[in-house]
Amino acid sequence: MNMKIKIKVNGVDYSHEVEPRLLLVHYLRDTLRLTGTHIGCDTSGCGACTIHVNGKAVKSCTLLAVQADGSNITTIEGLAKNGTLHPLQEGFHQEHGLQCGFCTPGMIMTAADLLSTNPKPTEEEIRIALEGNLCRCTGYHNIVKSIQYAAKKM
Amino acid sequence: MSTTTGYIGKPVKRVEDKRFTTGKGNYTDDIILPGMTHGAFVRSPYANAKIKRIDTTRAKSMPGVVAIFTGADVAALNGVPCGWQVNFKNGATMKEPKHPLLVADRTKHVGDPVAFIVADTREQAVDALEAVIVDYEKLPNVVNASEAVKSGAPLVHDDVPNNICFDWELGNPKAEVDEAMSKAAHVTKLDFVNQRLAPNAIEPRSYIGSYDSTSGRYTLYTSTQNPHLIRLLMCAFVLGLPEHKVRVVGPDVGGGFGSKIYHYTEEALVTWCSQKIGRPIKWTSERAESFLLDAHGRDHITKAEMGFDKEGKILALRVKTIANLGAYLSTFSTCVPTYLHGTLLQGLYTTPKINVDVTGVFTHTTVVDAYRGAGRPEATYLLERLIDLGALEMGVDPAELRFKNFIPPFDGVKQPGYQTQVALQYDSGNYEGVLKKGLEIFGYKDFRKQQKEAAKNGKLLGVGFSTYIEACGIAPSAVVGSLGARAGLYEVGEVRVQPTGKVSVFTGSHSHGQGHETTFAQVVADKLGIAMEDVEIVHGDSDSIAFGMGTYGSRSIAVGGSAIMKSIDKIIDKGKKIAAHKLEASSEDIEFAGGKFTIKGTDKSMGFGEVALNAYVPHVYPKDLEPGLDFVSFYDPANFTYPFGCHIAMVEVDKETGKVDLKRFVAVDDVGTVINPMIVEGQIHGGVAQGVGQALFEGVEFDEDGQVSNGSYMDYCMPRADNMPMFETASQVTPCPHNPLGVKGAGEAGCIGATPAVVNAVIDALWSGGKKVKDIRMPLTPERVWNALQG
Repeated sequence: MNMKIKIKVNGVDYSHEVEPRLLLVHYLRDTLRLTGTHIGCDTSGCGACTIHVNGKAVKSCTLLAVQADGSNITTIEGLAKNGTLHPLQEGFHQEHGLQCGFCTPGMIMTAADLLSTNPKPTEEEIRIALEGNLCRCTGYHNIVKSIQYAAKKM
Repeated sequence: MSTTTGYIGKPVKRVEDKRFTTGKGNYTDDIILPGMTHGAFVRSPYANAKIKRIDTTRAKSMPGVVAIFTGADVAALNGVPCGWQVNFKNGATMKEPKHPLLVADRTKHVGDPVAFIVADTREQAVDALEAVIVDYEKLPNVVNASEAVKSGAPLVHDDVPNNICFDWELGNPKAEVDEAMSKAAHVTKLDFVNQRLAPNAIEPRSYIGSYDSTSGRYTLYTSTQNPHLIRLLMCAFVLGLPEHKVRVVGPDVGGGFGSKIYHYTEEALVTWCSQKIGRPIKWTSERAESFLLDAHGRDHITKAEMGFDKEGKILALRVKTIANLGAYLSTFSTCVPTYLHGTLLQGLYTTPKINVDVTGVFTHTTVVDAYRGAGRPEATYLLERLIDLGALEMGVDPAELRFKNFIPPFDGVKQPGYQTQVALQYDSGNYEGVLKKGLEIFGYKDFRKQQKEAAKNGKLLGVGFSTYIEACGIAPSAVVGSLGARAGLYEVGEVRVQPTGKVSVFTGSHSHGQGHETTFAQVVADKLGIAMEDVEIVHGDSDSIAFGMGTYGSRSIAVGGSAIMKSIDKIIDKGKKIAAHKLEASSEDIEFAGGKFTIKGTDKSMGFGEVALNAYVPHVYPKDLEPGLDFVSFYDPANFTYPFGCHIAMVEVDKETGKVDLKRFVAVDDVGTVINPMIVEGQIHGGVAQGVGQALFEGVEFDEDGQVSNGSYMDYCMPRADNMPMFETASQVTPCPHNPLGVKGAGEAGCIGATPAVVNAVIDALWSGGKKVKDIRMPLTPERVWNALQG
C-alpha cells in the first residue's frame, strides 16, 4: 500500500504517494529527477548518495523515502544559492578535487556538513570526516585541498 | 579578455567541472527514455553447476514483468569475443571457449547470468528474480590457477585440457639465460602472488538499449571507455547487426580504470532484447554484481630470479608466471599477462639476458583483464621487488644498485631508441635523472641516519624505491597486429572550423575523468591561436564521431591528441592557401602564428576567423580549392610511448600491531611534454592511491567454493582519505621523439610505480629491525605484517 509523504527538497515542497520500500535516493533520482545524487554501492559504503536531511549529512540510500516525511532536504542541486556556487563547489574546481565527478556530489555534501560544525578543520580532521566517502580517481589529495580552500573562503 | 596563446603547459582549470559540482552530470543511469523498462539478472550462486531446469512460469505472471530471457533464447547468438590472439609456444591457437550472453547448460563462475528479467520498474524486475526456479547440480570447481593446471583438476571448459588457454614465452632462449644466471655471484629469488584486484570505478556499469522500429536503428547508452569498439564488437561479432544502424553513446562515465573497456554480455543483451520487446531496457549493476562481473585485474603467481655479478650488475632475469584468466576470455585478457607484461621486463636496466614464460589459465572465477596499468604493474612489481631485495641481500644501497644498472640517457633523436631483450624499443629516457631528483626531494642521505636512530628506539622506519617504465599510447597497428591484436590501434580526430571561426573537435578518445574537454581544448586553442572558450570537445557518440578506438593504456593525448594535431596541420595548410589568395601572395610566403595568417616580413595578415569565414563564403577563393575548413585525421603511432619515473615510499611499521603507516610518498614522473600539469598531477595522485591500495589494503578473496568472500564495500578494503598522506610530486620532461606533441601519457604511471615502492618500504623497515623477511603477501594487512614480525 502506498504512503503519502510531504518533503521539502531544495526549498520546494513536494507531496507524493510512494511505496513504503522506496529508498530516499530512488525517490530523489527517479521521482524528483534530481540525478546529481548518485548510487555507487548497495551497502552504504561509498557515500556517493550523501545529501543533507535537516542540515545533517546523510547517506540517502540508508533512509526510506517515508522516513524522510516532513523533513527538509538539500541535494547537490540545491547547494548553489542565487546562481553563486557554494565555496566547496568553487574549491573542488579550483583545486582539481574531481576527475570523473561521480563521487563529487557526495564528497561536497559531506564536506559541507563538516565545515558547518568545524569551520577550520585540520588536514587530519578532513581526512577522517571523509572516511565514509570513496573516491577512486583523485587519491583524495586534491579533495582535501578543495575543502581547505573552501574553509578559508567561508 | 582571455589569453589566446600559450595554453600548453598551463594548469588550466577544467571546463567540465561545473556540471559535476552542481549535480548536472549525465551518467547512463541518469537517463530515462520514454517507455523504458528495467532489467535484472538471475545469476548463478555456484561456481560450477549444471543447469538441470529453469522454470520461469510464476515469474512471468508477476506484476509488471514484460519478458524473461534464458540461455535457450540466445543460444543462436555468438558469445562476446576476445580481441587478442595469443598462440601456444608450439604455434597452436589459444583456447577460446564461447562466452555466452546467458548460460544455458553449465555455469562457470558465481554470478554467471542464467536469466534476464525485464519489467516495468526496477523493483518489479527484482521481485520476479526470486520467483524464477533454477534447478542446479553443483559440481567441483577450481579457483586457484596453480591448482587448475594440475591433472585431475575440475575443468572449466570440457574442451580445454588442464584449463590451459595458452603457454607463451618471450626474450632470450632459456638456455642462454640459464647460462648467464649460472655465472651470477648472487641470485635473488622471489616466489610471490600479485593478487587479484577489483577495479571499483565508483559508477557501477549501466546500459540502456533501445530500438526504433521505424528506422530500424538501435541505440545503446553505455558506461564505456570506447563506444566505437563496443559497437563493432557487438554488431559484427555478437549480434550480427548492421553497424550503420547502431548508435553507441558513452555519456559521462564515472571512472573506468580498464574495467569499462570490455564488451560485456549485458550490453549486447539490453540491445538485442529491446528490439524483441519493442521498448528500451535499462540495466544498472549493483555493487555486489560489480564485484562478481566487472573484469578483475592482476592475479599472477610468479617465480622470479635476478642474477647479479659481484659488482652488482644484473646478468640475467628469469620469470615464470601463471596468470589466472577467470572463467572466460574478456576482451583484452590474453594480451595483459603476455604482451603488456613480458615486454616490460627489461625495466630501466641493461639486463642482457631475459626470459619470461607465462601460462594463461581458466578457473571458475570472474574474468580477469586490464586494470589500470595492465601487465605493466605486474612487471614493475617483480622487477622492483627483486632490485630492492637484491640490495638488502647483498648489503648494498638500493639507489646505488639502480644507478649501476640504468640504461644511459638517450633522447631518441641524436641517440637511437633502446632495443630491449623483450621485443620493445624504448623511445627516449633519462632514468638516472628521475632517481636523482627523487632522492633529493626525499632527503635520502638524512633518512638512513633517521632510520638507524629509530631502530635504536624500537621504531621501524623503511624506505622503498620503484623506478618504473611503462609502454603507453598503444600503439602502431601493424606491430600490435603482428603480436595478435585483432584491432587496429590508431585514433581519429576531426577538427571542424565553423564559419565564425569557432571550433568543434570530435575525438575518438573518451574521457571518464581524464579531463579531455580541457586538455584537448588547450592543445587546439594553443595551436590555432584562439581562445579556449571558442573550442568545444565532443566525445563518446558513435553517430557524430568517425570510427575511433577509445581510451585505455594512457593513450588519449599521445594517440588521440596526435590525431587532432594532424587535422590542425591540415587546417593551417589550407588556411594559408585561402589567405594567400585573398592577400594576393603565394601560400609559401604565408606564415601562421598567434591566430594570424601573415605574409612573411610584412604586416599584411588575415585573422583565423576571417579565413574561416572565407572558407565557407568562398567568393574570393582559389579556383582549385574546396570550400570548408573541416578535417578528419587518423593517427597510427610509429611506436609505443615510454613514460617512466621514480617513486619513493616511506613507512613506519607498528611492531605491536603490524600496522603500516604510509608517512611519505614521493613521485617523480617523466611523462614527456605536459599539456596540463594540474591534470597530470591529479592522474598521478589517483594512480598512486590505487597502487598503495594494492600494496596495503585491497585483494579479491575467493573461498573454496568460488564465492567472492569480500564482494562489498563492507568487506573489500578500498583506500580511504585517512589512509593517504599528501603526495609529493615532481616532474621531469623527456619528450617523446615520435609524436607531434612530444607527449607520453600519464594515466597509469602512478598505479604502476607505487605498489612495489610501498612493499619495498615495509620489507626495508623489517630488515632495519633485524627481521630479514623476503616477502609478505599483498595486501600487507596488519595481521600479515605482524606474523612476519613474529617469524
